[in-house]
Amino acid sequence: MEKNNNIKKISFPHMGNYFYALKPLALLLADEVIMPPPITKKTIELGTKHSPESACIPFKYNLGNFIEALDLGANILVQSGGGCRFGYYGEVQENILKNLGYKFEFLKFVNDFSIIKISKYIKLNNPELSYFKIFKTILFSYLRVRLIDKIEAYLRMNIGFEVKNGDFERNLKLFLNELDKSKNILDLSKLKKKYLEILKNIPTKKPQNPIRVGIVGELYVLMEPFSNFNIEKELGRRGIEVHRFCSVSSILHDIFTFDSHTKSFLKHAAPYLKYHIGAHGTESVGLANKLRKQGFDGIIHVKPFGCMPEVNAMSALHRMAKEHNFPILYFSFDSQTSETGIKTRIEAFYDMLMMKKKRDTMQI
Amino acid sequence: MENNKLKLYLGVDIGSISTKAVVIDQQNKIHAQSYIWTEGDPIGAVKRLLDIIKEQLKDKNYSIVSVGTTGSARELIGSILNATIVKNEITAHAIGTLTFHPEVRTIFEIGGQDSKIIIIQGGMVIDYAMNTLCAAGTGSFLSSQAKRLNIPVEEFGEYSLRADSPTKIAGRCTVFAESDLVHKAQMGHSKENIIAGLCNAIVNNYLNNVGKGKNIESLIVFQGGVSKNVGVVKSFKEIIGHDIVVDELGHLMGAIGIAIIAREQGIEKLFNFSVRDTDFKTVGFECGSCPNNCEIICVVEDGKFLDGWGNRCNIGIEKARKKWS
Repeated sequence: MEKNNNIKKISFPHMGNYFYALKPLALLLADEVIMPPPITKKTIELGTKHSPESACIPFKYNLGNFIEALDLGANILVQSGGGCRFGYYGEVQENILKNLGYKFEFLKFVNDFSIIKISKYIKLNNPELSYFKIFKTILFSYLRVRLIDKIEAYLRMNIGFEVKNGDFERNLKLFLNELDKSKNILDLSKLKKKYLEILKNIPTKKPQNPIRVGIVGELYVLMEPFSNFNIEKELGRRGIEVHRFCSVSSILHDIFTFDSHTKSFLKHAAPYLKYHIGAHGTESVGLANKLRKQGFDGIIHVKPFGCMPEVNAMSALHRMAKEHNFPILYFSFDSQTSETGIKTRIEAFYDMLMMKKKRDTMQI
Repeated sequence: MENNKLKLYLGVDIGSISTKAVVIDQQNKIHAQSYIWTEGDPIGAVKRLLDIIKEQLKDKNYSIVSVGTTGSARELIGSILNATIVKNEITAHAIGTLTFHPEVRTIFEIGGQDSKIIIIQGGMVIDYAMNTLCAAGTGSFLSSQAKRLNIPVEEFGEYSLRADSPTKIAGRCTVFAESDLVHKAQMGHSKENIIAGLCNAIVNNYLNNVGKGKNIESLIVFQGGVSKNVGVVKSFKEIIGHDIVVDELGHLMGAIGIAIIAREQGIEKLFNFSVRDTDFKTVGFECGSCPNNCEIICVVEDGKFLDGWGNRCNIGIEKARKKWS
């Protein structure tokens, strides 16, 4: 009825910096992309207020993002996911938002990420597009994801050792800005070259043999820094080299290669796991065990409070830690977790790894 | 030496319930110690503490050369006392305990609001855990149940020793434990048996929750306020089947540990007691520069900005600095 309603404005939730990567793809389905405001306390307050109490924390963040985007005028929302009960979250969120009185279209990609199906879906919604254009955009978005992951992985491993505080973060922001403006695949390869060069030239004072910690667990709290109280930054600031395997690239890679990662992680998880335990639980165990064999100093396991696949993984991790005297620190995140408690535990973890390292080097 | 002043090291452990301080020398001899209630006012508690410490040291010719702070208010008190080191309580407890019990393998610590387990091998922390989301099985739960049964918490342990068959009480969650306790009391179980059951419940909760998946080996040292409760100690011994050492200095171990860490670190900064007369105020304000609305807590020393916490970025602190410059 209103004129405004004719303009299609699409939005989808934040997770790390991936919003920038998926923007071109979303643009195929609408005239405009609305980026929800960065996640803040207000987001989680809104999300918690309207969510079922026992839903896990990613549900609440997503809902908060949706509400903030709708308030900015979005009229198409996208939700995806699967693996655990997350796959059903879209249905519930749609109902909650409709009951709140919002009018919008809700697109769900659940447990169904084959390129052909996604392309068909886009074609259905926007018949004027050619398949060539759709495939090209999917590829472009995928490459953007890959690039973000590449840059962030480098950042994660070096940010703790920067000489001048804030160098890396400032450049990450510049990078994301330029990424947002990039138009084609050629731009991306230029960007990649430029920023890897810039990052490598940022002065760092990395010790020869720094403490290396792997971070594993549920994918949302792993990848959204607000939800894990910037745990990677906190670790980095203490001079720990942080490694994380799980990223959107790794998930997409799994989808394109018939779960090759997941299968290999089950092998790595032996003898602690025999069968898959759902979602990323297998990866948590497999990766932890693999990193242990590679000589990592410790593992940090994160999950939303009440996450079933990761609770499954924890039993296996407990056994591994016990048998090999391998330090694992567990965190459960919810909306009211105290930041001080997390800092205390990380500090103690660091002290412990440091003392251990000192002793080990002295023995050699 | 021209001034043969005794070099001393002050360690302060500011917990949620109690505040502890010790003054040690090079040989780990304790020259002064104090243990008082925090009563929700860490700054006031530390000032009272310093009075007590100064009184205990008045006959000595000494100088305090380093100060360390630990416990949940460590950062606040650390900046007030101008501490040379601020460290978490896990490391402090481990270092303190290792000094007095070099052969320790497991440390149980149950305090007012939290509980932890520290596993030590070859004189080093190799694993630890802290209770996560809830305060079940900690000192505050015990004291609230003591109040319900109208027994002073100090006598709690004695009652438990007199029990002939401990009542079974669910230990998983405080709320369940409490309703269990009420039901059993109404059914006619004796206070002694209920209290013994409660002690068992706390131990089971601790072992299932904090101690899960840990290699508990002797020597086991039990610390924290709850270690003063003989009933809980007895339950621990029965359930684990190992002997347990309760150090009479157990409640001071965090403070001793941080004093030792301050000494070993080697940074010396002369400390005097003038802090007692300084006016410290903590002021909280909401930043308001973005929707995060960080709650920033600032310590203001005689009207001047000293330190602040709680901000996610630098904007809030700059604001605070301008406010009290």
